[in-house]
Amino acid sequence: METDLNSQDRKDLDKFIKFFALKTVQVIVQARLGEKICTRSSSSPTGSDWFNLAIKDIPEVTHEAKKALAGQLPAVGRSMCVEISLKTSEGDSMELEIWCLEMNEKCDKEIKVSYTVYNRLSLLLKSLLAITRVTPAYRLSRKQGHEYVILYRIYFGEVQLTGLGEGFQTVRVGTVGTPVGTITLSCAYRINLAFMSTRQFERTPPIMGIIIDHFVDRPYPSSSPMHPCNYRTAGEDTGVTYPSVEDSQEVCTTSFSTSPPSQCVFTVTKAHFQTPTPVVTDTLRVPMAGLAFSHQLSSSRLSYQPAALGVGSADLAYPVVFAAGLNATHPHQLMVPGKEGGVPLAPNQPVHGAQADQERLATCTPSDGTHCAATPSSSEDTETVSNSSEGRASPHDVLETIFVRKVGAFVNKPINQVTLTSLDIPFAMFAPKNLELEDTDPMGSLHSDGSSGGSSGNTHDDFVMIDFKPAFSKDDILPMDLGTFYREFQNPPQLSSLSIDIGAQSMAEDLDSLPEKLAVHEKNVREFDAFVETLQ
Amino acid sequence: MNCRSEVLEVSVEGRQVEEALLAVLHTVLLHRSTGKFHYKKEGTYSIGTVGTQDVDCDFIDFTYVRVSSEELDRALRKVVGEFKDALRNSGGDGLGQMSLEFYQKKKSRWPFSDECIPWEVWTVKVHVVALATEQERQICREKVGEKLCEKVINIVEVMNRHEYLPKMPTQSEVDNVFDTGLRDVQPYLYKISFQITDALGTSVTTTMRRLIKDTLAL
Repeated sequence: METDLNSQDRKDLDKFIKFFALKTVQVIVQARLGEKICTRSSSSPTGSDWFNLAIKDIPEVTHEAKKALAGQLPAVGRSMCVEISLKTSEGDSMELEIWCLEMNEKCDKEIKVSYTVYNRLSLLLKSLLAITRVTPAYRLSRKQGHEYVILYRIYFGEVQLTGLGEGFQTVRVGTVGTPVGTITLSCAYRINLAFMSTRQFERTPPIMGIIIDHFVDRPYPSSSPMHPCNYRTAGEDTGVTYPSVEDSQEVCTTSFSTSPPSQCVFTVTKAHFQTPTPVVTDTLRVPMAGLAFSHQLSSSRLSYQPAALGVGSADLAYPVVFAAGLNATHPHQLMVPGKEGGVPLAPNQPVHGAQADQERLATCTPSDGTHCAATPSSSEDTETVSNSSEGRASPHDVLETIFVRKVGAFVNKPINQVTLTSLDIPFAMFAPKNLELEDTDPMGSLHSDGSSGGSSGNTHDDFVMIDFKPAFSKDDILPMDLGTFYREFQNPPQLSSLSIDIGAQSMAEDLDSLPEKLAVHEKNVREFDAFVETLQ
Repeated sequence: MNCRSEVLEVSVEGRQVEEALLAVLHTVLLHRSTGKFHYKKEGTYSIGTVGTQDVDCDFIDFTYVRVSSEELDRALRKVVGEFKDALRNSGGDGLGQMSLEFYQKKKSRWPFSDECIPWEVWTVKVHVVALATEQERQICREKVGEKLCEKVINIVEVMNRHEYLPKMPTQSEVDNVFDTGLRDVQPYLYKISFQITDALGTSVTTTMRRLIKDTLAL
């Protein structure tokens, strides 16, 4: 019977279970990527770390998990399962483990949802982190590479353990009782890895390495596809951009109370991040042999917004008003009677303005008091988003300050300061070189202001150019428009192989030797024919 | 309130002692640490974020997860190093045990000093074996790795029984429950002690090491 649970608690609980399920999947898949995982502790709450744990969100994995859940939550008879399997370079595959998040009917009515359940879910996630490193599949996944890769598949419904072979073992990660049932997290893992040792490791490695960024493997036609446990940029192969790119992110800012047992205070915050497509910079290695999830990935993640956990469509309809009543003086604070101290923040606020909303809401920390952004507001970067936005801003800033405008190319244009020493300049023309420019400036040489910054631009002082402003393609990242680009690359240096002198000589030699070569080939025509036949 | 006590036993080679102990201690502390509390007005508080990282052992085929806190790691390594040295210098059978005790402080009136009331004690009994051949050492690497996997499963099982945990404290009481001296995480108040024993289990040398300055004993 659920009448004991008020609707606010019920909403909280559903949310906790949903994000717990998503985080569970992240932990499991990340543990099978084949690399060590490292996240940083932060003494100040960032507002985006559910269960007070720094667990990164790989957008692809979140997408798959949401797809499998399809808006439902684990319930009795409906478990969320993550299947980990191994696939060899020859195409053999074997299930290694099934991680199950289940719910049974045993309810704990007395438990406090927003405090005890939340903390216990956090503890359970820590246990999951520990347990994922001790099952046999972990060591296998650390060694994945040319010979085999580790794949994952998420499905929702009945648990299927038949693929694990005989004598599989089960380890229980933990349970958390809630008023609607008991959440159980467990793992069933294969112990019979016989075919691995005899067949696989005695063979010589294939001559051609397997590139693990194509990965569709469908052992069951009707089931969800397998995915490799590595990371690749969104849209690289399948052309899919994941909806998480534009989703808002529910902020989980935890605020607990140690007030007298008669009341607890909820403060709700909401942050709506603008999440651009996660353009992975050159710090991300293209997945090769599964060893893609490098430590650099974690730093490159600073340069895009945290993956949006997204909100199901049902959540969009949630009103901002909370069921338990609002305090008149602090419209966004909620006074709820509670038994013990410690009430976490309920990140209940819905996506305001739907997923396509590109505006950035100010994130409020509880210290902001009543400034809870229930409505879109100006896009200020507050502390809690500073991590991500800082990281995102810095490449821009760097490029802005050190980008070199063509010295002398623009009259009356401000020239940015140039520091070429530390800059990885994408355009060769910014490196010192000799430009063979034959045009002269009919108006005499004009020097722009600040030309001292240019290293290579001195030869262009003779030019006067009309500022060509194309009506399109203004790039925000580089302060360089199409006109500049076009102008600057109009006169590239000649390729040496195409220069007349050298080209002419080699051509003549080739022509001379041609008859001899033809004669030799004609003599060996039978060998060639035999060779061609072997190919057919 | 009874203090619950858990005992784990490991048999390791000399060079594996430190890593085996760190694996166990870190796994326990992972579960017994939270983010830093930030108290605000009206008695509310927010909690920081705990990061985690994988640690590969050099002498054991094993990887464990620890809290991302260099201070905590340093503190544990220090005491584990002292234990290892004591084991080596004792010249005994290579038996020792280390205890990780979580406690609460209870303020007493002057002139009595504060009471430390333990609520959970983890004891790791270490037995050091000497191996002759490289092959034995290789087997030992794998075997100890498997054993540590079992220990982690045991630890997780205990943690998820959800037995007694100290109540979340008010701001004035937080130092009686948590160790607030670390910069990035906040474990429950703990102390680590060890002793070297002989085969009969009696204490040859009793050595107390205090990790937290504010633990007192009359």
